[in-house]
Amino acid sequence: MKILGMNGDNAVAYAMKQINPDVVAGYPITPQTIAIEKFSEYVADGEVDTEFVAVESEHSAMSACIGASASGGRVMTSTASAGLAFMWEMLYVAASTRLPIVMNVMNRALSAPINIHCDHSDSMGARDSGWIQIYGENVQEGYDNIIQAVKIAESAGLPVMPCFDGFIVSHAVERVEALDDEKVKNFIGIYKSEHPLLDVENPVTYGPFDMYDYYMEHKKQEHEAMKAALKIVKDVGKEYEKISGRSYDTLSEHRLDDAELAVIALGSTAGTAREAVDEMRKKGINAGSLKLRLFRPFPYEDIRNALKNVKAIAVMDRCDSFGAFGGPMFSEIRSALYKTSDAEVVNYIYGLGGRDVTTNHIKKVISDLNNISTTGKVKEYVQYLGVR
Amino acid sequence: MKGWKEIPDGGLILEPGNSVEYKTGSWRAKRPVWDKEKCINCLICWIQCPDNAIIVENEKIRGINYDYCKGCGICASICPKEAISMEEEK
Ligand code: SF4
Ligand code: SF4
Repeated sequence: MKILGMNGDNAVAYAMKQINPDVVAGYPITPQTIAIEKFSEYVADGEVDTEFVAVESEHSAMSACIGASASGGRVMTSTASAGLAFMWEMLYVAASTRLPIVMNVMNRALSAPINIHCDHSDSMGARDSGWIQIYGENVQEGYDNIIQAVKIAESAGLPVMPCFDGFIVSHAVERVEALDDEKVKNFIGIYKSEHPLLDVENPVTYGPFDMYDYYMEHKKQEHEAMKAALKIVKDVGKEYEKISGRSYDTLSEHRLDDAELAVIALGSTAGTAREAVDEMRKKGINAGSLKLRLFRPFPYEDIRNALKNVKAIAVMDRCDSFGAFGGPMFSEIRSALYKTSDAEVVNYIYGLGGRDVTTNHIKKVISDLNNISTTGKVKEYVQYLGVR
Repeated sequence: MKGWKEIPDGGLILEPGNSVEYKTGSWRAKRPVWDKEKCINCLICWIQCPDNAIIVENEKIRGINYDYCKGCGICASICPKEAISMEEEK
């Protein structure tokens, strides 16, 4: 093991170097640029065997990844914000063609107005594209998630999008425990595609026209693969603990055992929430928090279990789902708890375009929950937090 | 027809050349009818047919393969001798 000081982007590049993928096709976009830039240095310095494809857009980046993955290679890239949006069409192609591509997303707001800072509207918009989505809280998790993602993708036969907060994680230098190269290599093993396009002895057609007679069967396969991925994520997390000492599951709890009030967040805000919970506990308020790590497939049973004893829940969404009843995480969690919990579930939309969220904000959320729990009344189910 | 467990993942086709199993003849609204008397065996229709549905033996037209002819009418419009006419499918 090596202890390194790295920002999130450099940690992604470093993990990619250790993974040594066959092909990386990438295009720079803030706040992901450093990762692809750093990785291309590793390529230029001959530290990896990767074929680096410098493309002209993100649509092309994902297209090149799809071609390379279909050809039988282990393929990676990374993007953010408008770059992810520009890949839209190809995201679905990658997932539906069941290609195990790994793409780190450094979460950033979508235009307009143009903004380069963190929120989750980019990856949350892609939540139905068939990609497995894992959210990391800090640089260490960003590093750990990308290594696990390779194994998850190849076992599940689905692409994986590990995500972390742009700038907050991507540009913050933190202490990272990096595994030895050999350990990473053994953990991910050698990728062997089942039907590589380059196997001329066994010709295969990728991406044929699919009519109403079989399209639905292919969607059903994808549906089942996504369901099966839940166990794969858990198993890979356990296996990773053996080599790293750090355990990973679909979610993690903080003081939830005896809590009546719960705050749920993903990404870096989960850390802020833990801090706020600890401060409120000192004041005698029975709060806890839950960090969601896996968003796709959605671990609804784990969520039900974790929240079974709480009376009031605040779901923190770092993006809006305009016109919907709350943000994306809120809708899913409320739906997961339907008929299994009597808790009131409210939603806070926060941190858009990089708007800071502090422990004071979360403490206000916990106070609101306390009011709901004592009065039984909810003033507003969905509200913006920290807006003027 | 096969269920989702019986087909390759991701829409892949593992058997090459399997389009012979797909009888496009069912798409046909109009049927090309070939008149042997008018035909001079220039083979233009054979070259132009997008579905390889003109049957040729020893460099001579033998007829039309209605299993695959989808009735596009290219052969009829391209024939210099008007030896192919399009008739309503009954
Ligand atoms: S109608 Fe079209 S498909 Fe049928 S034989 Fe003529 S050219 Fe071929
Ligand atoms: S184009 Fe007409 S004349 Fe020429 S081979 Fe075909 S049917 Fe015969």
